[in-house]
Parts: sequence; C-alpha cells; structure tokens
Amino acid sequence: MPKLSVDDLKRIKEQYESTFNLRQGGYRAKVTVHMGTCGIAAGARAVMNSLVEELAKTTARDVIVTAAGCGGICSKEPMATVEILGAAPVKYVHLDAEKIKRIFREHIEQGNIVEEYALVVGKETSY
Amino acid sequence: MRDLSLHILDIAENSITAGAKKIVIRIAEDEEKDVYSISVEDDGPGMDDKMRSKVEDPFFTTNGKKKFGLGLPLLKQAALECDGQFNVRSGTGEGTTIFASFKRSHIDRKPLGDIGSTMLALICGHPQTRYILFYEKDGFRYGFDTDALTESLEGMPVNIPEVLMSIRNSINESVGGRDRSKPAAGVPDCANRQKEMKRNRRKSVE
Repeated sequence: MPKLSVDDLKRIKEQYESTFNLRQGGYRAKVTVHMGTCGIAAGARAVMNSLVEELAKTTARDVIVTAAGCGGICSKEPMATVEILGAAPVKYVHLDAEKIKRIFREHIEQGNIVEEYALVVGKETSY
Repeated sequence: MRDLSLHILDIAENSITAGAKKIVIRIAEDEEKDVYSISVEDDGPGMDDKMRSKVEDPFFTTNGKKKFGLGLPLLKQAALECDGQFNVRSGTGEGTTIFASFKRSHIDRKPLGDIGSTMLALICGHPQTRYILFYEKDGFRYGFDTDALTESLEGMPVNIPEVLMSIRNSINESVGGRDRSKPAAGVPDCANRQKEMKRNRRKSVE
C-alpha cells in the first residue's frame, strides 16, 4: 500500500475543506493535455506534472486538468487546450514544463492569452 | 520514448480510450534471471483475433484522424532490441494484456524512469478509472491501489493537486529508490570513451 501517511492525508483534507467553498460553483477553467503516443514522447507527462505542481501552489480550486488523445498535429506536440468558461478554447503548442506555468499564471489566472505559444483560438479539427 | 514509464503511460492511455475501468500495471525485475518485465492489463472490451493480429502493425490505428498508431510497435521494438519478448493477449469481452520483457542487463534496455509521474498523469487525466500498480524486485514487493486510497481520503476527490503529488512522491520513494539499474559489468563506458576519442583526435590534428 502507498506510504501516504495518515498525517499527510489529514493535512491535505484540512486544506481542501478550507478551500472547498471556492469549488462549489463548478469549474471555471479546463486544461486538456494531449496524451497520445506523440504527445507522451514529446514530453506531455512533464507538462501535466508541472501544471499540477503549479495548481498546488495556488488556492485556485476551480481549474480541472484532464487528458485526451492525439490532437492530430503530432509535429507540434506537446499540446494543451485551455478552455475558460464563456470564452473560445485556445490550443497551445510546443509546450514544456516552464511554458505551461506561464500559461497558467497569465491565461488561466488572469485571462490573458499567451499569444507566443498559442496556435489557434476557437474550435478547429484537423483531419 | 525515453524510458519504460513513458511506454506504460502510453499503453495505459490506450486502455482508457478503449473504455477500461480498471488497469493493472505490473513491473517485475529479476536480477538472477536477468529479466525486466512490464505488463498492462485492462478490463476493457478486448479485441477479436482479426484486430489483435493487426495492432502490432505501425500502420494500423483505431483513430480515424490519422493513418498510423505507433504506441505498441514502439514498445515491441524496444523489447525485441533488448533480447526480450512482446505479446498481446486479448479476446472479445476479456480485456487486454500487453506484456513486454527485456534482458535486464542489455545496454539498450531503457530505465524505468519516473513511474510516479506516470501514475500522476493517469490519475489526473482519468480519475474515474481504478489503477493498481505492482512492483516486484528480488523479493521486495510494492503495491498501490487507487480504490484503497479512495477509502482513506474520506470523500475527498483523488485528483486534487496535493493528493496527486503525494501519490507521485510516495510511489517514487518506494519504487524509484530501488530501480538503480546500471549497465552490466564489462559494458564499456560510452560517454568516457567518446571523450577519449575526441581528445585523441584533437591530439592527432595538432
């Protein structure tokens, strides 16, 4: 069994309950990290880990991180799609652990799209 | 893929895409027999014989958007390059098990890598799936089960950042510390040899 100690869990639980009210309104932002074979080989796992670490540093509890398959543009992996409630989704390409932190701070927290890393705004499908 | 934990992430993502609700990951290292093996077992819909025979083909995919599927072929290649074995066991309604083994001391055998990050990415991306991880090395056994964890979380979701990070750290502490596999004795030290060759070349130019 995992070596997660009871104290650890208690501490996490207390923190969680103190921020629980912020979650009641559902999720405000959703980040989808593309985890196909291409994404994983290009470093999507590090991107996701970095994002979770960044999330843990803040009290923002209205952000959901999820995974999806190949986005169809393998040469531009690792990619992530950021959807803020009420705004068009933004697809970011060629990410790494540092870039996703900047996207988290500027786009998810403040609402300013990081144009440097963005590929497209709005829904687009590649076939 | 740089290490085996990335392959595991990739194969487990396949299981999830197929609709699996439970994924069992087994990692076993046997120094005496010189075997390193990994397997990913799921309870998904499984594959019929026709599909099963095609999945090892890099130009076969179930994704209509692209014309190739490299996940399994890459793992197969990695295993066969290391004098290992690769097989896919599956049947309609029976789930799927992907097995890959490697000669442990083979110089091309990839290290396990950051298995904790792999589990974090899986649980974070698809928290509704149950994950079980077994690691075995020469008598040492380690097991992790998200269902057992859910009980002790007392209603707290498993995919909140603090929980995910402590899962990652505790797995890496238990497993990562034991996977200090180095190339076998007698294998030349490639990095130093390259440096030496460069030095010699420079000398001969002078």
